[in-house]
Amino acid sequence: MVPQLRAESWLVSDLNDIPADEFEDSDVPAGPLLLPLDAWHRAKGGRMVDFAGYSMPVQYEGIMAEHLWTRTHAGLFDVSHMGQLYISGEGVEAALEAVLPIDLSTLPLGGVRYSLLLDETGGILDDLMVTRWATGFYLVVNGATKWDDIAHLREHLPDAVTINHLDESALLALQGPQVAEALAPLVEGEQPLSALSFMRGAAFKLGGVDAWISRSGYTGEDGFEISIPAESAAAVADLIAAQPQVRPIGLGARDSLRLEAGLPLYGHDMTAEMEPVEAGLAFGINKRRRTEGGFPGAERVIEALMEGPSRRRVGLAIEGRMAAREGAQVLVGETPVGIVTSGGFSPSLERPIAMAYVEAPHSAEGTRLFIDVRGRKLAATIVPMPFVPHRYHRKGAA
Amino acid sequence: MPRYFTKDHEWIEVEGDTATVGITDYAQSQLGDITFVELPDAGASVGKGDSASVVDSVKAASDVYAPVSGTVTEGNGALEEEPELVNSDAEGAGWLWRMTLSDSGELADLMDENAYKAFVAEL
Repeated sequence: MVPQLRAESWLVSDLNDIPADEFEDSDVPAGPLLLPLDAWHRAKGGRMVDFAGYSMPVQYEGIMAEHLWTRTHAGLFDVSHMGQLYISGEGVEAALEAVLPIDLSTLPLGGVRYSLLLDETGGILDDLMVTRWATGFYLVVNGATKWDDIAHLREHLPDAVTINHLDESALLALQGPQVAEALAPLVEGEQPLSALSFMRGAAFKLGGVDAWISRSGYTGEDGFEISIPAESAAAVADLIAAQPQVRPIGLGARDSLRLEAGLPLYGHDMTAEMEPVEAGLAFGINKRRRTEGGFPGAERVIEALMEGPSRRRVGLAIEGRMAAREGAQVLVGETPVGIVTSGGFSPSLERPIAMAYVEAPHSAEGTRLFIDVRGRKLAATIVPMPFVPHRYHRKGAA
Repeated sequence: MPRYFTKDHEWIEVEGDTATVGITDYAQSQLGDITFVELPDAGASVGKGDSASVVDSVKAASDVYAPVSGTVTEGNGALEEEPELVNSDAEGAGWLWRMTLSDSGELADLMDENAYKAFVAEL
């Protein structure tokens, strides 16, 4: 059993009886790279798999338990595979606005904003976070796409603008309703940690280590993302993991948490074949840019904003317990009207959920559809996302 | 009753010309939390190596192959309400289906418990 993977092969490749080296990405000839916390994960019982060119922990005690722990306490994730970039130089602000549909004039110092790297036809090359630092911009991009992103930025940014790949920095994410009480006693800064609201960041000392901490994440919960020097990563991880609210969490639960939060995963729920409006990411096209344009793919994106897209990313609640996964066809009667881009069993809701792209006329909430899973037709209903409500620490909230 | 194992991590316990099939404890530990089991229908004819069942975990869907050829007589109905039985008792109450054997000679290709243990130790 097991080896014949249907999807998400990174999650189960360790079960295959074919030697692991036959699975390696051809772009990574020397085998998976090791994270700064590689030994730390193994010591904590992490089961390591190849993902995005790195050996990463898919789980420690189990995906279900880790998922539910994060929803009720605080989960510590190592996301050091992601690309951390620092962009600076004369004219950096205008140069970044020429490659991203972002309005940097409304981004304050320490402010974090979601944005999209688009190709000339509006196809999504990556999604990313942009933070304003005093002398430039700090970007966090996806791990699997970071090399392409850097090449794209080098090609499209003027020579006066410098791209620093912060590849000697580790990135941790602490996520869950108890993150503030877990992290606050460990940090010192010009302002207390509690002064950070959702999508704001600042510099702190964390166990004596310089850390850039932002209140953000990929689970739908309150949370922090913590950039630290790689050589200090194990000491900082130990410090945080010693807090009673905190347990280490693997990639498996990271995926199920983001799915419940309705957050798309690059390479699955958004690709270069999709533009932001159909992907439900129009909020990534900032208001001024919708009228002014001047970013890659602006013509197609603005048209989709005006006319409405021909298909939309929707959430599906599925009856029964059988999960529908990436690639499953969505049907109205016998007619294909869409395709599942990610799906699985929701530990919080105890039922299968999925994201799919569905033709616009069939994409209204409440629409009843079928999903073809290995010849079985599962009944499903389009429901609003997130599937599990977000609990971000928004400004002005208690 | 003799119990045999496959390289794909199924077990089969034979009693006369009928048998009970499940996945091994090693397999369930690798799959993680099991959320659904798609069972074969009684009367279904299966060939050795055919996908007869699918085990869904939080991670992924995985095929379970028939260790030998024959006819399914019964699926484990308890798994419809409690698929987690495959996690808690994979080689007992978490069995997947029962079947009759059409060629008991096929058992000769399978491993006994000691051979399977040695096989898993090498993984």
